[in-house]
Amino acid sequence: MVLMRVIRDQPIPFVNSISVYEKRSHTMEQMLLTGNEAIALAARDGGVRLGTGYPGTPSTEILENFDRFGGQAQWAPNEKVALEVGLGSAYGNARTLVTMKHVGLNVAADPFFSAAYTGVIGALVIAVADDPGMHSSQNEQDSRRYAEAAGVPMLEPSDSQEAYDYTLKAIEISERWNTPVMIRLTTRICHSKSLVTPLRDPLNTRPAAFQRDIPGLVMIPAYARIAHQRLRERLNEIAAWNEKEGPFVEVEGDADTGIVTSGVSFMHACEAAPKARVLKVGMTYPIPFRRIRKFADGVKRCVVVEEGDPWLVTALKAEGVPVTGKQERYRFGELTVDRVRRILNNDTSPEPKPEPGRPPRLCPDCPHRVAFAALSKANCIVTGDIGCYTLGVLPPFEAMDTCACMGASIGVGLGLRHVLPREEARRVVSVIGDSTFVHSGITGLAEMAYNPPPTGHVVLILDNDITAMTGMQEHPGTGRRLDREETPSKLNYEALALSLGIQDVHVCDPVDDPEDFERMLNDALANERLTLIVARKPCPLLTRKTAASEASCEAAKS
Amino acid sequence: MRSGEIMTDDPVTSVVLAGIGGQGIVTASNILSDALRRHGYDVKKSEIHGMSQRGGSVCSDVRFGRRVMSPMVPVGTADYLVVMEPTQVGPNRHVLRQDGVLITPDTAAYAIESNSDEPDPKAEKLLNVALLGVLSAYLDVPGACWMAALRGNLSERLHDMNIKAFIRARTVETMARLVTDASKPNRR
Ligand SMILES: Cc1ncc(C[n+]2csc(CCOP(=O)(O)OP(=O)(O)O)c2C)c(N)n1
Repeated sequence: MVLMRVIRDQPIPFVNSISVYEKRSHTMEQMLLTGNEAIALAARDGGVRLGTGYPGTPSTEILENFDRFGGQAQWAPNEKVALEVGLGSAYGNARTLVTMKHVGLNVAADPFFSAAYTGVIGALVIAVADDPGMHSSQNEQDSRRYAEAAGVPMLEPSDSQEAYDYTLKAIEISERWNTPVMIRLTTRICHSKSLVTPLRDPLNTRPAAFQRDIPGLVMIPAYARIAHQRLRERLNEIAAWNEKEGPFVEVEGDADTGIVTSGVSFMHACEAAPKARVLKVGMTYPIPFRRIRKFADGVKRCVVVEEGDPWLVTALKAEGVPVTGKQERYRFGELTVDRVRRILNNDTSPEPKPEPGRPPRLCPDCPHRVAFAALSKANCIVTGDIGCYTLGVLPPFEAMDTCACMGASIGVGLGLRHVLPREEARRVVSVIGDSTFVHSGITGLAEMAYNPPPTGHVVLILDNDITAMTGMQEHPGTGRRLDREETPSKLNYEALALSLGIQDVHVCDPVDDPEDFERMLNDALANERLTLIVARKPCPLLTRKTAASEASCEAAKS
Repeated sequence: MRSGEIMTDDPVTSVVLAGIGGQGIVTASNILSDALRRHGYDVKKSEIHGMSQRGGSVCSDVRFGRRVMSPMVPVGTADYLVVMEPTQVGPNRHVLRQDGVLITPDTAAYAIESNSDEPDPKAEKLLNVALLGVLSAYLDVPGACWMAALRGNLSERLHDMNIKAFIRARTVETMARLVTDASKPNRR
């Protein structure tokens, strides 16, 4: 067992048993990096052959920086495809990084569970970024539950240095036990900057190769039964390793209060309770029960300080470890130094209300505005989707009636059309962005052609030629790759719809001719046929960005 | 002996930079934290990206000292609050400690005035760096670190005018502080 002491004025030591960390150069200049940049740099230094994912705040910049650092980074149409591409790469003995936000793991859950069964040959590191407090998300799910549910080992860094170190650690664990490894991040890890000392020399890599292993990689029931046994055995081994050599940080302190914690909560806890004894768990799944029990037995009162769901505390209590948790109210939102202090003091007084900031809104020249003005005027029932255009829900438009998850607009619209009385049904319109359409709207369109409602249906793609909400990422419909290189062809929504059997397909520029757009919408509503309207106008932010980069290219040439 | 103690009374200085999307808050906090790093401080910086591109409010926490733990500034403890846009003073004031320093285009009006032959520091594009210049008059960071941080975080064609705006604001604020300090006999 490794006990670590945190000494004043010195960086928190990283506890590990694997030699690569000793190669770290202490003379090297420290870099100030976000957690996302640190993961990208570690992927580069760790010899990651392929990085893939789908954009989503706060995870997006991992792949963008991996590209910047010279890695092969690419956007997939959605998280499920990204994880499958990553799985293939890791079956081929390559080191692979897959990134997504928390809700992306819902989309990728199917391959995630199977990846745990088959395991991998190379390394598969899945970085999943939760968003406690929902700074830019539709829920605050706690993805740690996925690690446990699927049986995938999980590491939780507390700052950028650990984001760097744990990415390398994840590669090692993945290769040593042939398992996918999840790195669970939160907004404050992804988007906070802190000092990082990188490795002096990158890790050695191995050549990609495929070795046939039919029972290992083909999950028919007969082989999957064996695979499940193997998975549990592997987790037992990893648990034993974690107990002895896992990445813990222990801060000495009084025996009155002990704190068990992980992720950024560790930082808040050290500051909220400078005299407390703290055990920070780096690998939170498989949970190192024995190690935590020993710590809890050594203090008078042991409190689990964790952001989000009471996941760790529930598991510890079930194992009979003497710990207490937090009040239900701290399940909501992020933790802070103040909130951790309240948890430790069992403070039940009301918390100060956060000051409201200025809400985001559609840009003044946003082409989505035209669409929402028309939808609002036509008194439509709008089943919406996720992107900048979700802001159409706000005044003055208030032209969105549902928004659940990416791609849901089409299915939800169809469901309403099927059951509503005719006069209401014919007012339903599904509104979806271009990136969202490619992500998970295509199957909705297939459903529309397959099970058409009696009143037909109208799907409106707001095609601004980019994934705008998350900060201008490319996708298969833009004709450009992550590094902005042009692709030989691009996804054609109109041709796709026609091939699926959608009868009416229209394209228009809503900014050029708003009246034409309005007429098109009203005709489609009146016709009661299956209609796809593509409102096509590039995002003005994108147009300005392209113009600026072209200007600077010109300037560089001259 | 409690050698493993992490002391919260280790002085940590906290700065909050606030404004709205497009005002260069993130660039300013990058420059600030880079200058602090160059001077040898432990630095942490935290902010919420994402919705800011759509004109929402943006706020960036920067903390430095010998050893920083939480990247977020606890309410009521910020030593400096720099606000670039007047409507954002109200929503952010609560982060400032009681005798903390508030820096806004109004409080620092004299330091960001323009000389006719130079670009106007109040101009949108320079305001973030001009207010950093004002802040720099309060912090123990040598000019060389600031210059390196400015150069390292801005594209080259912007160096000249930003450095001018920074130096001017820094100089005027430093002089102004000398005058106010001299008029307060109780202050060191
Ligand atoms: C499963 C999932 N992955 C990623 C995200 C993050 N996300 C929110 S909106 C969006 C796409 C927005 O692009 P688009 O549909 O083109 O609309 P725009 O913002 O350009 O108007 C993404 C990727 C999410 N909410 N859910």
